[in-house]
Amino acid sequence: MSATIAARDAFKPNWTARLGLIAVALYSLYAIGQLDISWARLSVGFGEAGRFLARMVPPNFARWELLLEGMIESLQIAVLATVLGIIISLPLGLMAARNLAPWWLSAPIRGVIAVCRSLHYVIVAILFVKAIGFGALAGVAALTVASMGFVAKLFAEAVEEISMKQVEAIRATGAGPGAVLLYGVLPQVASRFIGFSLYQLDSNLRNSTLVGIVGAGGIGGTLFAAFKRFDYDFVCAILLSIIALIFVAELVSGRIRAALR
Amino acid sequence: MNNTMAPGMKPLMREWTYLTPAEAIGRWLVWLAVVAATVWAVRSIDIIPEFLADAPEQMADLLVRMWPPDAAHYYPDVHAALIETLHIATLGTILSLFLAVPIALLAARNICRIPVLNVTAQLILVSSRSVNSLVWALIFVAVFGPGPAAGTFAIAFRSIGFVGKLLAEALEETAPGPLEALTAAGAPWGSLMLKGVWPQVQPAFWGIALFRWDINVRESAVLGLVGAGGIGVVLDDAINFFQWDRVATVLLAILAVVVVAEIVVTRIRSRLI
Repeated sequence: MSATIAARDAFKPNWTARLGLIAVALYSLYAIGQLDISWARLSVGFGEAGRFLARMVPPNFARWELLLEGMIESLQIAVLATVLGIIISLPLGLMAARNLAPWWLSAPIRGVIAVCRSLHYVIVAILFVKAIGFGALAGVAALTVASMGFVAKLFAEAVEEISMKQVEAIRATGAGPGAVLLYGVLPQVASRFIGFSLYQLDSNLRNSTLVGIVGAGGIGGTLFAAFKRFDYDFVCAILLSIIALIFVAELVSGRIRAALR
Repeated sequence: MNNTMAPGMKPLMREWTYLTPAEAIGRWLVWLAVVAATVWAVRSIDIIPEFLADAPEQMADLLVRMWPPDAAHYYPDVHAALIETLHIATLGTILSLFLAVPIALLAARNICRIPVLNVTAQLILVSSRSVNSLVWALIFVAVFGPGPAAGTFAIAFRSIGFVGKLLAEALEETAPGPLEALTAAGAPWGSLMLKGVWPQVQPAFWGIALFRWDINVRESAVLGLVGAGGIGVVLDDAINFFQWDRVATVLLAILAVVVVAEIVVTRIRSRLI
């Protein structure tokens, strides 16, 4: 007789997962209590949401000059911040790559990049508004810092993944450090770098519509002012314009990315 | 010597170039566009020279006022706000997961076969992503009034687009085999999802959830600037009173939490995936 085969239960209950779910549910209840979210408040809120939405339609494009001015300023902030951020990220990323730079250089640069990335761009924008005053320049500076944090980190990671064979081959011809970078390293990471830059342009465009909330230029200031004056139909117009702008930007960058591939 | 080459060798003498003429022109056009956009932006952006001139001085002044950070301010004010921020981020993430899963199922073309629903779901995801979390916070402050409830909903609604998009992509990449096997066995829809799809997207799901939580911790720190609760309220107060030493304390606290959150996420990710 053949040995008895233990009946396999393919769908046996996963107790750790169930316990985890219960823990998440308990935490949610606790946090809801802590944050003072109650059903009464929510139901009042949903009533308010109805009124709010009713006041938003129809969107009011009567002050389109103000809207256009803000959008153009946002666009300028995004372009400048991306260009500056990329120019700064290139050397930063190379210096932060552990396979090219010595540790005493890469470690502090990595620290700088981590700080740039950890602080939210709106907080950075507040600090720059204090330092360079109200206006688009503070927005450019804040988004440049944010771009540095993102592009330099990804660029450093890309550089760390390159094949060292080509670098060694260029070195073996007696090339100096500059030529090694130019012909051994950069060709291997160029396409990825362009990808990161495009992505960053996209996200800078999103973020530049917002830094105006703290006075750093762009459409955000207009949006915040409209919110404060309960001009909800104008708010709706601004939001629709922002969504349209971002949608177009996403289409364009998607096309470019597809063309690059 | 070269002149006496056999006629068949002619193609070998071809000069090789890296790019075709069309590609070269295309690249030049792209560079031209980049430079033109930069020049346009530099020339027409509103820069006030006086502000730029004393920027280093002002920056130094700011740093001097920030140092030393007011450590006494940390407990209990900043600490309580920090905990509230973490609650907003976590609860917002959990809520967004619940809201995003059905939309992702509708958006995935291999799960939901009705094109109209696919497009509608994609539209919801795009609009959720296009509106920034601070703008969502402004909207929910108008709806729920100032406080952490507005922040939680802002975080949740901003995250739906992100989670839903990535989850829908993960769903579309699942292998159809297990689903077909279960369908052939006559399994109901719930079992199809639970036993055919869920095991395949589970790693991606937890990865997305953790990644979004990490982002949400960062974002919930600024929601308070528009009155949606969390540590941003404390930060805003300190800035409005020009108490820069307190601002420094708050910034250090945010930095610490963000770094810790990132380390925690990396640890859990490496264990899960």
